[in-house]
Amino acid sequence: MDNNSLLLGLAGVLTAAAPILFAVLGETITERAGVINLSLNGTILLAAMAGFATAVNTNNLVLGFLAGMLVGGLVGLVVAFCSISLHQSQVAVGFVLALLCRDLSYFLGNPYMGLAGPRLSSLPIPGLEKIPYLGTLFFRQDWMTYISILLIFIIYFFIYKTRPGLMLRGIGERPSAAYSRGANVNRMRYLYTIIGGMLVGLAGPVYSLSVKAGWKGTISGLDGIGWIALSITIFGGWNPLRAAFGAYLFAFLQWLGLILQPQLPNIPSQVLQVAPFPLMILTLLFVNIGNAEWVERVLASMNEPTRRVATRLLRALRASPPASLGVPFKPD
Amino acid sequence: MRKLSSTWLNIGFQLLGVILALAFTTLILVLAGAPPLQTYGLIITGAFNSASGISNDLVVWVPLILSTAGLLITFSAGLWNIGVEGQITLGAIFTTGVLRIFLDTNVPPWLIILLGILAGMLGGALWAILVGALKTFGGVNEIFGGLGLNFVATALTLWLIFGPWQRPGVGSMSGTVPFPERLWLPQIPGLRMSIWSVVLGIAAVLVVYLLLRSTYLGLKLKAVGKNVRAAFLIGIPTSKYMMISFFGCGLLAGLAGAVQVVAVYHRLIPSISSGYGFLGLLVAMLVNYHAIWAVFIAFFYASLNIGAIQLPIVLKLDSTISGILQGMLVLFVLMVDGVRQRLLKK
Repeated sequence: MDNNSLLLGLAGVLTAAAPILFAVLGETITERAGVINLSLNGTILLAAMAGFATAVNTNNLVLGFLAGMLVGGLVGLVVAFCSISLHQSQVAVGFVLALLCRDLSYFLGNPYMGLAGPRLSSLPIPGLEKIPYLGTLFFRQDWMTYISILLIFIIYFFIYKTRPGLMLRGIGERPSAAYSRGANVNRMRYLYTIIGGMLVGLAGPVYSLSVKAGWKGTISGLDGIGWIALSITIFGGWNPLRAAFGAYLFAFLQWLGLILQPQLPNIPSQVLQVAPFPLMILTLLFVNIGNAEWVERVLASMNEPTRRVATRLLRALRASPPASLGVPFKPD
Repeated sequence: MRKLSSTWLNIGFQLLGVILALAFTTLILVLAGAPPLQTYGLIITGAFNSASGISNDLVVWVPLILSTAGLLITFSAGLWNIGVEGQITLGAIFTTGVLRIFLDTNVPPWLIILLGILAGMLGGALWAILVGALKTFGGVNEIFGGLGLNFVATALTLWLIFGPWQRPGVGSMSGTVPFPERLWLPQIPGLRMSIWSVVLGIAAVLVVYLLLRSTYLGLKLKAVGKNVRAAFLIGIPTSKYMMISFFGCGLLAGLAGAVQVVAVYHRLIPSISSGYGFLGLLVAMLVNYHAIWAVFIAFFYASLNIGAIQLPIVLKLDSTISGILQGMLVLFVLMVDGVRQRLLKK
């Protein structure tokens, strides 16, 4: 493989990771506020269908993307309403919505199956695109990919460097402390569940109008993406930078599976496509194992230098969820 | 008297949930430009109008009730066993494997089928224990461990179908070579249904009902489910009981997979679990731990699946409308339950 096709392939990885990034960053915000939105798989499909249908009917890409965000925001609202106002299990509501929205997308999307629709074109940045290597890699993307890359840093900055971001972390970690400081915990959880949901929803049209343009019902190849995004959110340890790393790693592995295909004729293509999943479980295991009780016991039995290395390694990998993730808040 | 009126109030609220679910599903139908009454009529006639319709309902009902019964065990222990799909799949893989091993031997067919079913239960249980081990020893939440293992199970199925177990010549999405009729669970002549699989389904429900209702094990599982910390503090080894509940659920999910092979498809196909694991989660949520209710709700859900099959042909509608109604029912029953609790507290 020559240099140029390698670069184009890697540039394609950045494009392919864009929708996953939107979903993962959205879910990171929602979970930072203490709410689990488990509906991702359905939301992304329904948003992809709605975005495509809107873009076909209006011939306007922007409206398509907005339709996807609207769908995501509405699903977020339902999750927030059921869990915050009605005290139902977040997991239950999210799971039902994951199935329900998937079926809704296939049912309502039936008339749009296989239609030709508008497609996002690339937008090279004048000047920058001429830079050797970097130009091909970064500056000949479409604008959704640019936004996805910028969003990583914007959300990182928001969460860790601003006052509202501090509040966001507060309502997910210690809501009662945030409450006594004047934060309306439940209203903010509503807000961040809806905002996070809108970002998740944006992932849909980024697929149906760009990365995997079109709507093909059950063979659109989008079923399962939402579950991956959920695992990447955990892998990312609720930190946008690490989450972005996870999203790029996943897109890279899928691309690798694609180019390795001709070298491994005995392995069916469907197997290589799911190869990232066992790796995901393994990484989840490494990320979480530091939290397990028996690991501490094993560590305690090691001699000093080994223990120091092992502890440092585990701590670097470890990610602990926001302390009040999934726990309803009742102001007294 | 007071208890009676609150029971009626509960039923009233649940009815309200069902009505809302129907109303929203009808709205979706209208949005899609479909005639609602005709659609519902077709679903009902498709599901109940003939002996073959009802027997098809039962073909779906068996794996669905098996996975639901298993999920009631994990639900009781407060666990979200989303990995149930993979457990069904592994059950089917193990059953297919054993049937293939004994295919050309003189072992009596009934023994091969029995061994196949037992192997299926073992396969499901192993896959479930993996989820449990990831949770208790690796700190990986069962939802994500389970999801990941679902995808691995699918990959394993595809690899087997296109690799070692492929049809002579070239592998195809239609699955492995079908088994000869002597390795099928005996069917009722003229129908796709096997009475034996229905018996397995009923037996599973009874076992789970008794386990949760009148055994010490069931009581402890429920204690773990209500409050893990409290259960741990009073001396219940919570990790052990979580593993037991995963094991039990895996056995039944594996049995569902085995039934799919020996009684329904007679081979391994790519989507052998048919989504019955996830559908079982919906049923289990709806019945709120009551195993006996699950029998009827699962039959209703199964008949929706069967009734919707002819919709694409007759009305050019996607058959996922059954899934929409199934999901709406759970969503609105959850919602009105939340409203009821809010109202009663005030």
